[in-house]
Amino acid sequence: MALKRETYRIDVSNDVVRVRQVARSWAAELKFSLVDQTKFVTATSELARNTLEHGGGGTMTAEIVENGTKKGIRLIFDDQGPGIANIELALRDGYTSAGGMGLGLSGSKRLVNEFEINSEPGRGTTVTIIRWK
Amino acid sequence: MSAFQQVIKANETAILSGWLSEMATSTRRTDLMGDTEIRQQATELLRLFTEASQTSSDVQSAAFASTKEFLKDVAKSRMDQGFTPAETALFVLSMKQPVFNALRDAMKSNPSELVTEIWAAGNLLDKLSMLTVTNAIGFRELTIQRQQEEMLELSTPVVKLWDGILALPLIGTLDSARTQVVMESLLTAIVDTNSQVAIIDITGVPTVDTLVAQHLIKTITAARLMGADCYLSGIRPAIAQTIVHLGIDLTDIQTKAKLSDAFALALQRSGKTVVSTKGSAPKPKEL
Repeated sequence: MALKRETYRIDVSNDVVRVRQVARSWAAELKFSLVDQTKFVTATSELARNTLEHGGGGTMTAEIVENGTKKGIRLIFDDQGPGIANIELALRDGYTSAGGMGLGLSGSKRLVNEFEINSEPGRGTTVTIIRWK
Repeated sequence: MSAFQQVIKANETAILSGWLSEMATSTRRTDLMGDTEIRQQATELLRLFTEASQTSSDVQSAAFASTKEFLKDVAKSRMDQGFTPAETALFVLSMKQPVFNALRDAMKSNPSELVTEIWAAGNLLDKLSMLTVTNAIGFRELTIQRQQEEMLELSTPVVKLWDGILALPLIGTLDSARTQVVMESLLTAIVDTNSQVAIIDITGVPTVDTLVAQHLIKTITAARLMGADCYLSGIRPAIAQTIVHLGIDLTDIQTKAKLSDAFALALQRSGKTVVSTKGSAPKPKEL
């Protein structure tokens, strides 16, 4: 069940900064520790930039979720871009298709508690992450 | 020439007083603007508008050039005074009611003509008010652009800590455009000052992700190619843990938690020590 839900567009590089600030303020609202906030914001930054640069723009939906007494934030990054043909390869450390460090996807997976990626070539990519408090 | 222009010309004084009293009730901001000024602006705009509408009903035509120029000044001064774009547009739109009143009185006998003329006059005033909004927003955008440029320069000062030791305290978001400026200013400063050591301090950078890390690594590599040692300082505990989880390899780079630690290392590497001059037996202190 989502307690709070908002969707943001990611179309220009300033939007990456904006969704990062959203992630930070939500994480602060749930009283994440400073380390957890930083990890969560960094993962947001990586995935938002992927949405922008590989997906050609898209949306980020943020939700506050509950699991028993636990609260957390779920972020869904959605784009209609070219998709990922080989997800296993994309998740490998050091693999890059755009001249980056190749750690964005794999690194952000390590920064959050739950990580799910759905992609079909030609249909776009959806990445869902959850960080529990 | 259609009739509304003649009506406006014939009733200029009545429209002006009607307009001023309309503004007094609806859109007036006494805290921002005095009576005299608003009267001057209204008189001038009405004069220009009447004059221009006698020859053309197209706001894009040359006849309206001076009206548009005047509205630009109005928009600018109002934005400076702190009016919102909507309030600035209302200044023009509030002219509608007195104009329509004058038309109604002049064309009582002919309702269908009245509607046509109201439409024509309203259309013209709408376009002028939109022009005012566009101008107002344009000024605001100029301000934003100027501030962005100022921030770009402000946030990348290269400071000299000692002979041959430079520091670059970074603040804020490191997007690509700024990183370019950072890189250039640091590399130029290294050459200009013949420095052997440059310290990049990221205390003020809230998020270090792979893109930021890559930019930093590139800057440090470039500095190294020029023969300068480059240290990275200001790595907070949360950032350090995040970098580890992301899997970014910074082992090739000399890093320190605090700028002072990096400075001490730089002094040590360049064979300098800091000596205390107080106390009986001043003893050189190794940093």
